[in-house]
Amino acid sequence: MFLINCPYCGVRDQSEFVSGGEAHIARPKQPTELNDDQWAEYLFMRKNIKGIQFERWNHVHGCRKWFNVARDTSNDKIEKIYKMGEQPPKI
Amino acid sequence: MKNKYSIFSLIKNAFSNHENWQRAWRDPEPKKEYDAVIVGGGGHGLATAYYLAKKHNLTNIAVVEKGWIGGGNTGRNTTIIRSNYLWDASAGLYDHALKIWEGLSQELNYNVMFSQRGVMNLAHNLQDVRDLKRRTHANRLNGIDAVWLETDEVKKFCPIINTSQDIRYPVLGGTLQKRAGTARHDAVAWGYARGADEMGVDIIQNCEVKGIKRNGDTVEGLETSKGFIKTKKIGIVAAGHSSVIANMAGLKLPLESKPLQALVSEPVKPIIDTVVMSNAVHAYVSQSDKGELVIGAGTDSYISYTQKGSFNIVEETLKAILELYPIFSRMKMLRQWGGIVDICPDASPIISKTSIKGLYFNCGWGTGGFKATPGSGDLFAHTIANDEPHKLNAAFNINRFVSGDLVDEHGAAAVAH
Repeated sequence: MFLINCPYCGVRDQSEFVSGGEAHIARPKQPTELNDDQWAEYLFMRKNIKGIQFERWNHVHGCRKWFNVARDTSNDKIEKIYKMGEQPPKI
Repeated sequence: MKNKYSIFSLIKNAFSNHENWQRAWRDPEPKKEYDAVIVGGGGHGLATAYYLAKKHNLTNIAVVEKGWIGGGNTGRNTTIIRSNYLWDASAGLYDHALKIWEGLSQELNYNVMFSQRGVMNLAHNLQDVRDLKRRTHANRLNGIDAVWLETDEVKKFCPIINTSQDIRYPVLGGTLQKRAGTARHDAVAWGYARGADEMGVDIIQNCEVKGIKRNGDTVEGLETSKGFIKTKKIGIVAAGHSSVIANMAGLKLPLESKPLQALVSEPVKPIIDTVVMSNAVHAYVSQSDKGELVIGAGTDSYISYTQKGSFNIVEETLKAILELYPIFSRMKMLRQWGGIVDICPDASPIISKTSIKGLYFNCGWGTGGFKATPGSGDLFAHTIANDEPHKLNAAFNINRFVSGDLVDEHGAAAVAH
């Protein structure tokens, strides 16, 4: 349970948001050229990090916009919030 | 040789004020080398060690556990056991476990308090009715006992449920598996630990794995907080921390680790003599032998290793519980806790070899691993000993995420994953 500072709305309770999982997984540019291993990697394999993880969140009960969060999954502390399309910060 | 637990040993020890009970398991220092090492001293890990020793004569083995045995999800679940899963592969897996549960106390000479009080799954909308009826038929085709109950039969089976059709999510019926029930979760870990220890398995607590040593595509041993342990076979049964260990070996798993919460009430006199689960409103409840209501809540939407979980999740569950059981409206909740569950995209487990020789994973049990403890241990032991899966866990290999042959049990889970 924690607070999230939505880049569009400000600080709100986490229950207003939904996590979209690991960030920066790019959709394959040429899907037809992927083999099964590459598809599995893209669709299913996740880092599932204990520590600082970059992830996507959606303010689903607010502005409904997506953004990125760098969060420590071992203590739920948010290190950095940045917008979609931006590069992950160096932490 | 362990002394047998019986009414006579109980009486005998009463005369010495229960101060001279034999130790249930040793507290050894790790040896330099083992034939196999199991990482994770929960129910599944200890069961794996037990069956490796018992069925496959591998006794020069160890279980390493970073905390104390049974202190993770084995001690944090809501102890529900059932096998009414939809697909053939899952039915085979979970019913294999249920059959072992039925004789487990005798086999281990340890009372795991397995109680076949029945598990009832409620339907609250037309889609639930269709899904649960389909599941009932599928179960019966697989030889698993399951019956469909109409609303009045639900009321008869568990009279405290509010079956009024005026509530927000009215009860439209339900399924019942009578062979299902509950067991004492700690006793399962302790019983397997005692049994494994008796056959020579070293159970090493407070021993955290720091790294996995590989020589090319073969494992050579484990770096631990108690030094290096050489071994050719490593079975990882680390539940929520599976991805962390996989990372040490340079592997990625299709898992997300999330907090799942449960809570218990103050103890009261017997009021509910079965287990009732409800998918649509996400509430399930049973009563422990101590009299506490044992209530399962949902998972958080985000990855976390904090073993806490959010308050709004508990709130949702309790709202649903109160609507379904108005009689509980004045009960006080005593304790709440979280466990970290490793969830697969298809909500089915992985019991599998990997691309690294000698490295095996038993993970991805998500929100419902406790029920499978004996079967999981048995099949994982088979997989490790033979370097090949048993036919019952062949479908639960890690390659299914490449081949696309998933075992999608999202719909058949009693509560939403």
